[in-house]
Amino acid sequence: MSAAADEAPSLNVELLGADERRHRFAMFGLSVPALLLVALVLLAPFSWLTWLSLFDASGALSSENYARLLRPAYINSFLSTLEVSALVTGICVLLGYPVAYLLSQLSQRTAQILLVFIILPFWTSVLVRTYAWLVLLQREGIINTWLKQLGLISESLPLVNNLTGTVIGMVHVMLPFLILPLYSSMRAIDPVYLKAAANCGASPAQAFRQVFLPLSAPGLGAGGALTFVLCLGFYLTPALLGGGRVAMWSTQIADAVSKFANWGAASALSVALLVVTSLILLLMRWGVQRLGTSVGEH
Amino acid sequence: MTSGALSIRNVSKAFGAFRALDNVSVDIEPGEFLTLLGPSGSGKTTLLNVIAGFERPDSGSLMVDGVEFITRPPHKRDLGMVFQNYALFPHMDVFNNVAYPLKLRRREPADIRERVKQALDVVQMAHLSARRITELSGGQKQRVALARAIVFEPKLLLMDEPLSALDKNLREHMQIELKRLHDRLGMTTVYVTHDQQEALTMSNRIAVLRNGRIVQLDTPTNIYDRPNCHFVAGFMGETRMLPVSKTSNGYELAGRPLKLALPPSPVDEQWLVIRPERLGWQGDDERDNRIEGLVVDVVYRGDSHSISLKLPGDHEISIRRAPTESKPLPEPGQTLTLWLRPEASVLVQDSAS
Amino acid sequence: MLSHPASSTQITHRQRLWLYVLVALVMAFLVIPCLIIIPLSFSDSQYLEFPPRGWSLRWYEAFFTSDEWLRSAVVSLKVASSTTILATVLGTLASYGLHKRAGGFDAVVRGALILPMMVPLIFVAIGAFFVYARLNLNNTLTGLVLAHTTLAIPFVIIAVGNGLASFDVNQERAARSLGASPLRAFLTVTLPQIRISVMSGMLFAFITSFDEVVVSLFISSGATSTLTKRMFANIRDQVDPTVAAISSMLVVLSILVLVAAQFVRRDGVRATDDH
Repeated sequence: MSAAADEAPSLNVELLGADERRHRFAMFGLSVPALLLVALVLLAPFSWLTWLSLFDASGALSSENYARLLRPAYINSFLSTLEVSALVTGICVLLGYPVAYLLSQLSQRTAQILLVFIILPFWTSVLVRTYAWLVLLQREGIINTWLKQLGLISESLPLVNNLTGTVIGMVHVMLPFLILPLYSSMRAIDPVYLKAAANCGASPAQAFRQVFLPLSAPGLGAGGALTFVLCLGFYLTPALLGGGRVAMWSTQIADAVSKFANWGAASALSVALLVVTSLILLLMRWGVQRLGTSVGEH
Repeated sequence: MTSGALSIRNVSKAFGAFRALDNVSVDIEPGEFLTLLGPSGSGKTTLLNVIAGFERPDSGSLMVDGVEFITRPPHKRDLGMVFQNYALFPHMDVFNNVAYPLKLRRREPADIRERVKQALDVVQMAHLSARRITELSGGQKQRVALARAIVFEPKLLLMDEPLSALDKNLREHMQIELKRLHDRLGMTTVYVTHDQQEALTMSNRIAVLRNGRIVQLDTPTNIYDRPNCHFVAGFMGETRMLPVSKTSNGYELAGRPLKLALPPSPVDEQWLVIRPERLGWQGDDERDNRIEGLVVDVVYRGDSHSISLKLPGDHEISIRRAPTESKPLPEPGQTLTLWLRPEASVLVQDSAS
Repeated sequence: MLSHPASSTQITHRQRLWLYVLVALVMAFLVIPCLIIIPLSFSDSQYLEFPPRGWSLRWYEAFFTSDEWLRSAVVSLKVASSTTILATVLGTLASYGLHKRAGGFDAVVRGALILPMMVPLIFVAIGAFFVYARLNLNNTLTGLVLAHTTLAIPFVIIAVGNGLASFDVNQERAARSLGASPLRAFLTVTLPQIRISVMSGMLFAFITSFDEVVVSLFISSGATSTLTKRMFANIRDQVDPTVAAISSMLVVLSILVLVAAQFVRRDGVRATDDH
């Protein structure tokens, strides 16, 4: 067969090849303006800052900026970033899973209506929401005032400018990011599986644990990892509700630039943040794929 | 209307390791109705897309009226095309769909109205020209799509399984209508289908494709009655193939020599093509090309009885017995004598020579 | 009613009552902070209490009579509308090119264009600040528009990409076979049919720019401060109820955009019925 194909006259091969290349080039050209913009605002500074992070203050090549990351202040901020992110992700999973589950069990129409409660905060400015929490949580704020009026406390609780406020504010911002993808992955689970489980004699609790939970695991893993990654680089809420007491990675980067104008440190921190973020995203993809295939095999 | 001659030479197209078109050449006469017939993946739609300019082949030539078209962009080819799902523009009404190619050609508004009306008249849709596309039935959409494809008097009309979305009755009706329209307009037409009945009904010639190659290119009668290989024979109609054995001076089936329509080619492995409607069993037994069949069951079908028979070599075949026929209905377990007339007896081998 | 089965697994509503309560609480937690700011903004006192002791429009008045606030609102509106136009055009072009090519290189291009959505904002902020310092783009509207467009492009690409993915390729082929050039076919056949996706991309782009804080914090100041940048500074330094008035207006804007998105979608459902 290949012999026959070789003998076949190759009419217009160059012409057609050139035509194909011209077409591909033109279609690629449509992406060029957008690519240039991303290159200017994102890729150029990334390369530049990575390059900068390799030099010390005197301009000599050194690992000083990365060695600095090992100082206790930075190590602590790194650990507290992980701690806050894990805490927020954990709370989001605990609160978000039941919501996504219930929504996925309701009729499409009812679920659409209830989803407004998730989508409205999603569309509302993070700044506005953080401000609202500040008003609610501050020393003379609404929550403390109410609790005092009810006689439950005599002294105002410190709810803001600390870890508590930061975590509450971050959970509020992150929860839709967990619920929305989790909900759509749960919607995709065919209810016939649960009927089959019930038919086989499983109690509702057993059917949920043995059938629904494993099937929803990939969605939960993906949503959880997304939430965690978003927390790692989150700036606004920790900056406003942490009151300077919650040293997150992002606030450290901002301080390095705006307070100390130390670009070397900022660059090293940013590069480390990007590396950790990408690693987690890759790990998530790998994990979700494995989870997906292992569920598919059963 | 003008009609074009189309000459396709050595067209090849690969998608990765898959050869969608493998050195295809075919000439289409002006005014001819040519059908590309084949199973899915045979390359028929790819070939049509190459002609229309939607698919760029790896090599080959495409001449329309002696002009090279192979790298010409689709909008400069002047070929009308009817798509499988009609591809009518949902955001325009019937009139604007049909007027679209004329507007692109900057015709005068009065001229456009006149031509659109004519084209819609041809397909009997002029009364619905203000309808939205959503308000049309499948058959009506089909007609509008056809009007849109012919309104600018293209050199060629290309149709990609245009009837496959219609139900059986409407499909058969539209087949006849399309054929009459072709006779009237005389436009060169390339028609893609996987339905052999449709191909036989409508075409001047049929090209049967398999694995990106044309295995047989001939008139409907010859494609059906004189298939040149096992594949074509099996693709047309309800066909069974019985292996025959070669003897010193011909071929024999179950020990009896075969009388054939054509002198057989000297190949060892051959099959006898058996089509139920070509099998004789009513009237006096003929001596030539006799086959014994064991009756498996007899099923009442309203207009006829269907008799399932087991032929030698474990092949099952169903023949019909119309109520007007004289021979009594056989019983299951009975052996029935069948025969093929020599002119209906064709041998095929594995692939086209 | 409560003892009726709630789903195919025969669990009753009563057995699931705890779930309903929990979900209602979570939804309240999500929505109340977004809405509570609206009544608070009509308070007549410096202290924001709920319910407010007295009602007034003084904080709205404070906003609409302050040159600084109004100037930054105008900056935000200018930047957001320019961003919307630029991001929609560039994003739609890129999305179309990616849709048409299906080459091996496409994944890289798409990845690069989606990147701004994945990268932490703080990184985009200091990166843009750093590059802009060399190009004299800091504290300019141009700089803001370019940065916000970069952030908005991924949303447009995703929205338009979804539209193109569900768009029938034969539509454009039909137009081409009837004699339309690629541009004509896109403008007369493709664009009218993916307009819903383009419009939702536009809404995303507008909100992305208008609500953006972190990048603006670094690359705008003084006369080019965006509304959100000024709000951020204000929140951090003192709790001025004027911010409550602005926040209320932003919440209402979000609700309007949400309603617009629903409206556009419903229109889209009608348009897709046409197929």
